[in-house]
Order: sequence, then C-alpha cells, then structure tokens
Amino acid sequence: MATITLEKINKVYPNGFHAIHDLDLDIADTEFLVLVGPSGCGKSTALRMVAGLEEITNGEMRIGDRIVNEVEPKDRDIAMVFQNYALYPHMSVYDNIGFALKLAKTPKDETDRRIREAARILELDEQLDRKPAQLSGGQRQRVAMGRAIVRQPAAFLMDEPLSNLDAKLRVQMRAEIASLQRELGVTTVYVTHDQVEAMTMGDRVAVLKDGFLQQVDTPQNLYDRPQNVFVAAFIGSPSMNLFEGTLTLDSGGQGGSLTLGSQAISIPSEVLAARPALAAYDGKSLIYGIRPEDMEDASLDTRPDDQCIHGEVSLVEALGAEILVHFGVDAAPVDSGDPDAVVELGDTAVVVGRFNPRSRIRLRDSAKVAVHAERLSFFDSSTRLAIWD
Amino acid sequence: MRLQLVTTHDPQPDYLDLPLLQPLAEWTHSGLVEFPIGVHRHVVRFVESEHGLFALKELPGRLADREFALLRHLAEENLPVVEVLGVISERDSDLDDILITRHLEFSLPFRFLFTRSGISSLRESLVDSIAVLLAQLHLAGFFWGDCSLSNTLFRRDAGALAAWVVDTETGELHDQLTPGQRELDLDIAQMNIFGGLLDLEASGRLPPDIDPVEVVESLTRRYGQLWEELTAEQSVEVAQRHLIDARLARLNELGFDTAEVSITTGGSGPQIQFRPAVVEVGHHVRELERLTGLRMLENQARRMLNDIRSYGAWLAKRDGRDQPEAVVAYRWLNDIFEPAIETIPQELSDRRSPGELFHEILLHRDALQSKLQADVSVQAASADYALESLPSSMRERSLIEGD
Repeated sequence: MATITLEKINKVYPNGFHAIHDLDLDIADTEFLVLVGPSGCGKSTALRMVAGLEEITNGEMRIGDRIVNEVEPKDRDIAMVFQNYALYPHMSVYDNIGFALKLAKTPKDETDRRIREAARILELDEQLDRKPAQLSGGQRQRVAMGRAIVRQPAAFLMDEPLSNLDAKLRVQMRAEIASLQRELGVTTVYVTHDQVEAMTMGDRVAVLKDGFLQQVDTPQNLYDRPQNVFVAAFIGSPSMNLFEGTLTLDSGGQGGSLTLGSQAISIPSEVLAARPALAAYDGKSLIYGIRPEDMEDASLDTRPDDQCIHGEVSLVEALGAEILVHFGVDAAPVDSGDPDAVVELGDTAVVVGRFNPRSRIRLRDSAKVAVHAERLSFFDSSTRLAIWD
Repeated sequence: MRLQLVTTHDPQPDYLDLPLLQPLAEWTHSGLVEFPIGVHRHVVRFVESEHGLFALKELPGRLADREFALLRHLAEENLPVVEVLGVISERDSDLDDILITRHLEFSLPFRFLFTRSGISSLRESLVDSIAVLLAQLHLAGFFWGDCSLSNTLFRRDAGALAAWVVDTETGELHDQLTPGQRELDLDIAQMNIFGGLLDLEASGRLPPDIDPVEVVESLTRRYGQLWEELTAEQSVEVAQRHLIDARLARLNELGFDTAEVSITTGGSGPQIQFRPAVVEVGHHVRELERLTGLRMLENQARRMLNDIRSYGAWLAKRDGRDQPEAVVAYRWLNDIFEPAIETIPQELSDRRSPGELFHEILLHRDALQSKLQADVSVQAASADYALESLPSSMRERSLIEGD
C-alpha cells in the first residue's frame, strides 16, 4: 500500500511542448483517484510519469516515502492494468490468473495462496478448474483482473482500461473495478476522458485541461462547487448551461436580477447574502450557470414569473424518469474551453433543462421555464474563476 | 454503409458480395475459411477469393480507424506489418466496423512452429526474430503494447525467421520511446509469450525440450544485446578508430542501416565518443533490390548477395577480368536465379516463397556437392530439389493458425 505524491511536476517534450505544468497531487493510501479531462489535457502523460514511462522534466514524484523520479518502472511496485483481456483457452482459470507469478519465480505455496485469495475476492472460487470458454463474459473480465491482483502491487495504474469494451460491459466493469478497488484497498490512479466514469468511480477526481490541474475534489464537490467555468461545464451530463449577463442589484442590496439576452432572471436576496462578493459585480457582466435539473416546466413549479424564462423548444428527449428539453434563448453561448465540446456560435444559446416526466411541453412550443435561481453558479468573466463567497 | 479502401496493385475481393449487414461471427458465406485462430479480443475471420486470402476483424469504429491509420503509417516506414486494405463502416447501428488486411503469404503461425515436425530448427530463431522486430518498432517510436505470439506472424528467412506485426490495437506512436516505455513493452511481450507457451503446454503440444521461462528470459537478453549494439554510445581511443567501422559493419550485418554517426571528442583526452543513428532495417534487402530488382527478406537477400559475389568471382576467373557489380548481378539474375526458380513445377510453387526456395536450393546444392564430391549447378540442384525434397514440404502460402 502506498501514497503517491506529485510535487510541482512538469513535462516538457524535446520539441518544446509543455504537457504538464506544476502538477501537485497528494493521493492517499488506498484512495481511488481519477484523472479526467478532454483530449490533450495531459491526463495520460501524468499517469505515465507515475508509471515511469515518461521522464519527469522537473518536480518530485514520490511513491510512499521514496522519490521515484529516476526509478525504473519495474522497481516502482506498481501495476499498469491494460486493455488486454486475452485469456488462454487451454489453461484453467487458476493458471490464467497465476501464470505471471511463475515467471516471477514466486514460491509455489505463495502463488497458490495469492491465486485463491484473488479468486475469493473476484468470486471465482468455484471456477478455478474451469477453462475460459466455460465462463460468462463478466467472469472472463474478472479473471483478467485477477492477473493484476495477484501481483500485489502498491498501486494500480489504469489508462482508459474500459475503452475497448462495448457500452453494456463497460458499465458493468466500471462497477466491478470500483467495488474491487474498495475491497482490495490498493491505491489506484485511473485515467478516463469520460466524466461519468470519473464521477461514478473515483473517491476524488482531478480535472485537467491543457496540462493544468483545474480542480481536485470529491465527485459531489466538483459538481456542486466547481472552481471555474471549465470544470462547471465539463462535470455533469448534460452540461451546466452557461451564459454571460449583467448583474443589477436592487437599491439596498436585498435582491437583484441577471440578464439573459433580452430576458431577466430575478436573484433572491439569500443568494446575495450567501455570496457577498457578488456585490462587487453590480452593473457588471459575469458568467453564470444553471444545471439542467435546476430548471423545471413552469406549469409544474410554483416560482414567480420573475424567476422564469421563455424559449422555443427545439428537442424533447423522453427518458422515462425525466425528460430533457432543449430550448433556445437569445443570448450568446459561452465557450467553456473544452476542446471536445461542440459550441455553436451565434446569438442563440441552446439551453437544456431536465424536467419532470409529467411535463407536457412539446417540440416547437414556446416554453415557460422556472429557474431555481438559488442554485445558480457565478464566475468572473475575465478570470473565469467561481464566485462562491 | 461506407467502404474505405486502399488502392493497391493487387486486386481485392468484391466486398459487397459479403453479408456485411450481419455480425461477422454469424457469416456463412461460401468464401469463408473456417479455422479457429489464436487468442484475440475481437472476432476475426478469413475470406478466400481468387485474389488471395483476407483477414476481416470486427471492432468498434474508433479502434478500427486507429488501427487502419497505424498499420498504414508503419507500412510507410517500411516496418514489417501486415498489409491493411480498408475499413468497412456504417454497416448498421448495432454492428462494429470491419478492418480488412491481406493475409501474409508464406507466413507461419507460431503454433505450427511448435507442433509440426521438420521445422524445429526454426524455433530457435523465433526469439531472435521477435527481438529484432521489437527493436525495429522501438527505433521508429512505436510502442506496441501487446506483443504476443498470437499477434505476430513469422516467415522463413533463409533458414531463420522474420517476424511481422499483425495487430496494433494497443499501439502508440511517439517521436521517441523512453526507456520506461521500451521496458514496459518488453515486459508485456515477455508475459504474453510466456502465457502463449504455457497455453501450448496445457494443450499438450509444447515439445518437452522447450522451457517457457528460458524462452522469455532469452528474449530479454537478446533484445538488450541488440538495443545496446544499435544505440549505445561507445568510447574508443583515437588510435582505435577502426572500431567505429567495425561497429557499423556489425550493424549492417544485423541488417540495420545507419544514416549518420555522431562523434564527439573530449576537450582534454584522446577519447572519441560515438553513437550511430540507426535508421532502418533492411540493409541487404535494399542492396539486393538495387542490384536485381528482387525484393526479398533480409537473410534471404544477404544469402543472394553472397551468391552474386561468388558468381562474380567465378565469372572473373573464367573471363580473366572483373565485371562491374551491376553486370554480375544482371547475369546472376538471368543465368542463375530465374532458371532455378523456373525449374520448380507450378504445382509446387505454394510450398515456399521464391526467396526461401532459392535458399533451400542452395542448401540442397551444398548437400549434393558434399555427397558427390563434385560441382553441381544451381539449376541441376533445383531440379533434384523439386523432385526429392519439395513435394514432402507443407503448403505454406496460405497457412492459417489452427487450434
């Protein structure tokens, strides 16, 4: 078991490309930390530096108490878990799990103990004498995971290990890996581009963009209190709706309003009381965000008219337990900085609301939508940092 | 449906005749060649047509596009990879894409090397061929990530083996690999090859004299020696500059060409530090092609170049004067190589590739000369070889790994 510490880690390639900038991360013993971000954010590079596959330009990397900057990958006591799930058809489950220990010349009784322990954890005790062809798809995946477990490394490193699997198996394996990691209690660093995977698996999630750490926090805190526009938009599906508008405070500062194109949203006094820093933005432009679930079909909500907005419905996605309603408003969309996101330019922003399935809103309706203004997120327009205080 | 096909000199089958709207595993097309294959993550099936044998692999579109691009890039770099021919996509919303590659003619799947009689001598060069392949790929900045016996095909190369990359799903291209990346790639190769051999053992088909642990340990040793020879900086005394030439000659002998040599001299001492910049394997292949237009494998080419030199020496002795190298090569091609190959009956042409045929004809000639204690012409040796030896050989043009 081990902690992993990255202190002011930088990676600059020979061609001058600065892939990682002053990355600081403290990964606790037994923690499951997910590195997530869009293409080119540096998440795989960071993982590979932990593994020893990329040289560290400067900064200090520690596994446990040991500085490992110059330590060979094989001497770091870590296991890279790969996408390779090939099983050997003529070998039993027992041998498929344990054959690597034979190559490492591990004593037979120790090998046997580790294989049986891994099989117990993976609930494969009854299958040890079987051949891969006699197993279900999920059991085969677990056999492959057993190979990594029996090595008993201080940490697992996983670089998009589920990306080759079909959607159904990916969801199943996501749960299996997370549950297994918790049972084993082995420090794990996991890379993915999929924020849903990150949020559902990690104890904490580190969000990277352009080689800079944006925020590292628990999944819920990332969602509830994003530190900047990028994290606000990247975490959550559908994304947070982002707008740029002008904040106007009432005389006396008891309330205020925000512009949304030609419309306005009333801001309750408790929002301003909770965030006194907003007072400095009176009469100024700022970026604000509304999560899809913080909106509702106004016909099913009791909010006053001044906390409602209007827009023409362009798409309705009925998902059973909820409906996603896409509607346009006459406000310019805000680019969150996610290179993988599709941002439509123009003067019309498409807003996505997650409504109660009892809503009767239809395509091309002029919808009246209630906004839970107390749940708004605010960001400085120039620094793009959150305004929480 | 969308077919993205590479334009090639050799024709391809008409893919539209195939049941492309069905999952590959469920195809019952008459052109399918039914062989269970080795350890693979995706469905792979073979289709035979009048134009040859083709491998079809079903995999998610993103992976198919990636592998298509990687295989093309590696081929452009003259690295030994199977020839990729195209991707079939947008088949149906539930169906993955299909990556098409041409089956590598005269290739030997690893199981044949361990289970067929008469080719045990080739096993010894299996590790060497994988070590050379990995070194070639690593020099080109390619991290394979899944080197295994199932992902490699082998071709006879003048009594040894040459290895080909079949599967690049997990591959990554970098400007240059770090020591850590190379070490991990080798570690993965060791583990996969060890697993492959144990699986063969579990099926009762691994010859008892083969120790899987020894095989993979020798891979590490061999790769390490080769990498050192290819890349290590060497320090020599100024008076021992000939050691630089010797190193370059050894690299050529191994089949590698060097583009430049970096030499630095110390400010105070008589030492020279030098490091070769190895660019490409295929030193003898290119030399033979330049002289004759023949495109052979490395060892075959080396063997033929030696034969061309012997022939030149014989011509010079007979005519009393040296001939230019190009003239000798031209005459060797017309007087020796082509008649020897043409002597082989058409019905036996699927036993060996032309390069390997010629190598075996020369071996046969050596054996005949030794037995008869007299000179034997290559053409006569070829005729005897076609009569006495070749008919009992395997048809190796289109071998597919059977379980």
